[in-house]
Amino acid sequence: MKIDSGDFLAIMGENGAGKTTLAKQLNGLLRPSLGKVTVDGDDTTKKSVAQLSRKVGIVFQNPDHLLFSETVKEEVGFALKNFGFEPGVIAKQVERTLEALDLAHYADISPFLLSGGERKRVALAAVLAWEPDYLILDEPTIGQDYQQKERLRDFILQLNSQGKAVVMVTHDVEFVAECNPKVVLMSRGRIVAQGQADEVLSDGGLIEKASLVKPQMAKLFSQLGEFGLPRDVVDVHRAKVLLEEKLLEVKVRVAQSS
Amino acid sequence: MSLRVLNGFKFSSLRTPVHRLDPRAKFMLVIGTIVPSLLFTNIYLLVGLLLVQVPLLLVGRVTRRWVQSLRAGVFLSALIFVVNFFTGPLANAVALTLRFLLLMTTFSFFFMTTSPDDLGLAIDKVGFIRWLSRRWLGYPNALSFTFTTAVRLVPTMAVDAQTVVDAQRSRGLELDKGNLFRRVRNYIPILIPLLLIAIRRSLELAEALEARGFPGKEGRTSLFELRFKPVDYALLGMSLAGMALSFWVFFHYRIPTI
Repeated sequence: MKIDSGDFLAIMGENGAGKTTLAKQLNGLLRPSLGKVTVDGDDTTKKSVAQLSRKVGIVFQNPDHLLFSETVKEEVGFALKNFGFEPGVIAKQVERTLEALDLAHYADISPFLLSGGERKRVALAAVLAWEPDYLILDEPTIGQDYQQKERLRDFILQLNSQGKAVVMVTHDVEFVAECNPKVVLMSRGRIVAQGQADEVLSDGGLIEKASLVKPQMAKLFSQLGEFGLPRDVVDVHRAKVLLEEKLLEVKVRVAQSS
Repeated sequence: MSLRVLNGFKFSSLRTPVHRLDPRAKFMLVIGTIVPSLLFTNIYLLVGLLLVQVPLLLVGRVTRRWVQSLRAGVFLSALIFVVNFFTGPLANAVALTLRFLLLMTTFSFFFMTTSPDDLGLAIDKVGFIRWLSRRWLGYPNALSFTFTTAVRLVPTMAVDAQTVVDAQRSRGLELDKGNLFRRVRNYIPILIPLLLIAIRRSLELAEALEARGFPGKEGRTSLFELRFKPVDYALLGMSLAGMALSFWVFFHYRIPTI
């Protein structure tokens, strides 16, 4: 498996498939007992977690596992202090990150007073603040409403366009379908499939193997094959375009026959 | 090192005759072993009591873990030996070291072969604890329930602690960096989330219990009833007889160390 800068990757699979274990290998929290993990050419067994984390930022699933500061501002600045940034730079980075994640008005509030979804965003901000080249998100969509998910998606795409790699560990098929990233499907500790989301998520056999459900669009299109429509459709946008074409075609045919 | 000592006190889920003994009888055996070992410093007696444990450990299939915990306890035994060697005769030092090993063996035997659930049931049966619990907490099972819950939560907390450490290390926290004062401070970002998780979990547990009608009516029954089997009576009888004999000898004769 290889992750390039500018990649957008979703790791999916059943509970206990090894997704989080894989993610923890990427910044040296876990070291491989077999094989090799390299980050920008450096073997993870030869670098400290702090050194690797500077490049590979992991956002953990549960914000309760990392929030401890008195204010959101301090929380987001904590890692920057650890990495030895200048105070001036820290203040600027923190402000920018909070701004980007719509948290600026909470800067001086205790993170524990925030709602679950907001705490989750603070946890994301705490990692984004040092602008890691590779961003690993463990279940980023849990507990987020639709609007926040949309923002998250825009944000990830924006990071992508800046040349950062984003890896997302998730169960949320619909979210993945909408983004159409590369998908790595895992089952029982092994990678069972890799490919673009529309290929992988519309393959019934693979989906079942990884204990997922097909996205709704894929379910719909798997039953529309007889009308000459492709089966590998997972996102609403593409579905709309295809169905419009089909409707137009039918309309023309009806007009011609009458 | 310290963790390996604890290994010798962790319950191993096996089905052996020793595991099936009634915890109350087994506890009396522990007392019955400890009383003579604290009353006398006779080396032959201590060695004898130690040897009596070995078949029990073998039947319980926990010998390997016992040896592990002994190996981890070597430092403490050596310390006890050295201190007593310089303050008294050699035989006394040997006897006191043996006493330490015997106490450790007995307790580790008890905790390795008694499941926390059985222990909770056994505590439930002790009239004094029920009385105390009723006077103090208004419900006879409250104390034993508290004990079982505490034991049950230890592994869960250990998992949480690991996740918190992982999350903070991913933010560049280096636990073993700096002088002593700095190192203690390094643990703040670990301890605060852990504490908050524990508090939150206990509140959730309380709500879940109340939602299921805890404490319910008096006279709660349990799925598994502890019952004394003939072998338990035999064990109880032997322990009581041993203790009585020990006290009688203690008050009538002087037993030399060697």
